[in-house]
Amino acid sequence: MVDQIVIPLLKILITLNATLVAVTFMVLLERKVIAWVQNRLGPMRVGPHGMLQPIADVIKLMTKEDITPVKADRYVFTLAPFLALIPALIVFAVIPFGPEVSLFGRRVVLQITDLNVGLLYIVSVASIGVYGIILAGWASNSKFPLLASLRASAQLISYEVAVTMALVSMVVSAGTLSMAGIINAQFEQGVWYAFVQPLAFFIFFVGGLAETNRAPFDLAEAEQELTGGFHTEYSGMRFALFFLAEYANMIVVSAVATTLFLGGWLRPFPNVEFLGFLGFIPGWCWFLAKTFVFLYVFLWVRATLPRYRYDQLMRLGWKVLIPLAIANVVVSGILKVLL
Amino acid sequence: MLTTLTFYTLAFLILVFAALVVTARNTVYSILFLVGDFLAVALLYAAMNSMFVAAIQVLVYAGGIVVLYLFVVMLVNLKRPAEEAIAPQRHNLLGWLLSAAVLGELVFLGVYNAFRSAAGPNLGPAGGTVGFVENVGVALYADYLIPFELASMLLLVAMVGAIILARREL
Repeated sequence: MVDQIVIPLLKILITLNATLVAVTFMVLLERKVIAWVQNRLGPMRVGPHGMLQPIADVIKLMTKEDITPVKADRYVFTLAPFLALIPALIVFAVIPFGPEVSLFGRRVVLQITDLNVGLLYIVSVASIGVYGIILAGWASNSKFPLLASLRASAQLISYEVAVTMALVSMVVSAGTLSMAGIINAQFEQGVWYAFVQPLAFFIFFVGGLAETNRAPFDLAEAEQELTGGFHTEYSGMRFALFFLAEYANMIVVSAVATTLFLGGWLRPFPNVEFLGFLGFIPGWCWFLAKTFVFLYVFLWVRATLPRYRYDQLMRLGWKVLIPLAIANVVVSGILKVLL
Repeated sequence: MLTTLTFYTLAFLILVFAALVVTARNTVYSILFLVGDFLAVALLYAAMNSMFVAAIQVLVYAGGIVVLYLFVVMLVNLKRPAEEAIAPQRHNLLGWLLSAAVLGELVFLGVYNAFRSAAGPNLGPAGGTVGFVENVGVALYADYLIPFELASMLLLVAMVGAIILARREL
């Protein structure tokens, strides 16, 4: 009873809440990091060094008027933000946060469920996320959101191919689709897959930037051309849901990249005996630290790189990343058979 | 008991969504119901413990093909009200024949299954491994290699044909 229902429900509750809190503080971190890069201070007024800014933001968003444009398609307009947010959150069901730990005398695995096709589940749920964006643009019945959502979804579909191909070559190395299995494979082979599959790692990261609509691929939110993006007509809490979805997706990409390419919750050099003292730091701390590094790189990239042009974006996706990813699959397969 | 309940709930959902797909006046709504339908089918696969097939169903149909449908409809659909059927009699005979053929096939399958012994293709109890990646891979690349390759050639030909139709100046 406890193992079947209570523990899974608690895991889901904790993961969801932790994600949402992390998202609100991501927004603050982003503003701070960009401010530091530009030699500014960033938010300073709410709380010490602006630490309470996320709470002020949440209160503002929740109390704002929630407008539905008269000419909008009411049902789809309401549905779209949820379609964007739900896939971003349910991906966390298969991400392993740590090894088995014992809590209050029970053995608990720090993962909601270990699907034997966990990686495929992530890819397929991520492919559903595009509906929120397309439908938001269409239902707004306004030209800028429509243009932005066309851009965003074309970009998502193109980069999905390259990312999935990169993951295929990673799976060739690991020999399993289960997320926990992939970490175990990295433990047994004694190496992070970022070093076995550097090209796949690179393609996954670039594709991840594009799939989350982040700079330098944030054409869908190019405010200079499109006034705001696919969520131009949204306000209040429904706008906040899109915001949550974007940042939750960033965390998803970082967490998946950590699990697949940086050994997840494994400490560095898990097979080297004399570094065993690193084991006193629990696995989930390593996981969070590695994920944070990725999130920081996301912000760093946004603060330093200019935006791509749309044709450059498409050329990079279809003519560079996809051929590279396919070649990588072929080479990985051949090496796997020969070695 | 729970399995039966899950099956009938999902079957009901699939049928309702399918009916809504063909009756919705707005094409975008119809596509949304189609997505719902595909997701319910994926849940049905998952309930039969075929996680791989369920994930592929979502990835390929709900996440891939229907997104392209939606793209086309969004670009073509200019919010015109649906036109009345011009000549309701035109395709009557063909329509009746096709419906009768499909109905006959369904009845035949139902009767055939009812009279067959219960040891049909067992989709596996909970904990089975029928839908796992290894088994699907072995079935596709070892047991049914030639039909699989033929089907992929057919798809390739269709793709090349579509490109030629779309760009005549090649």
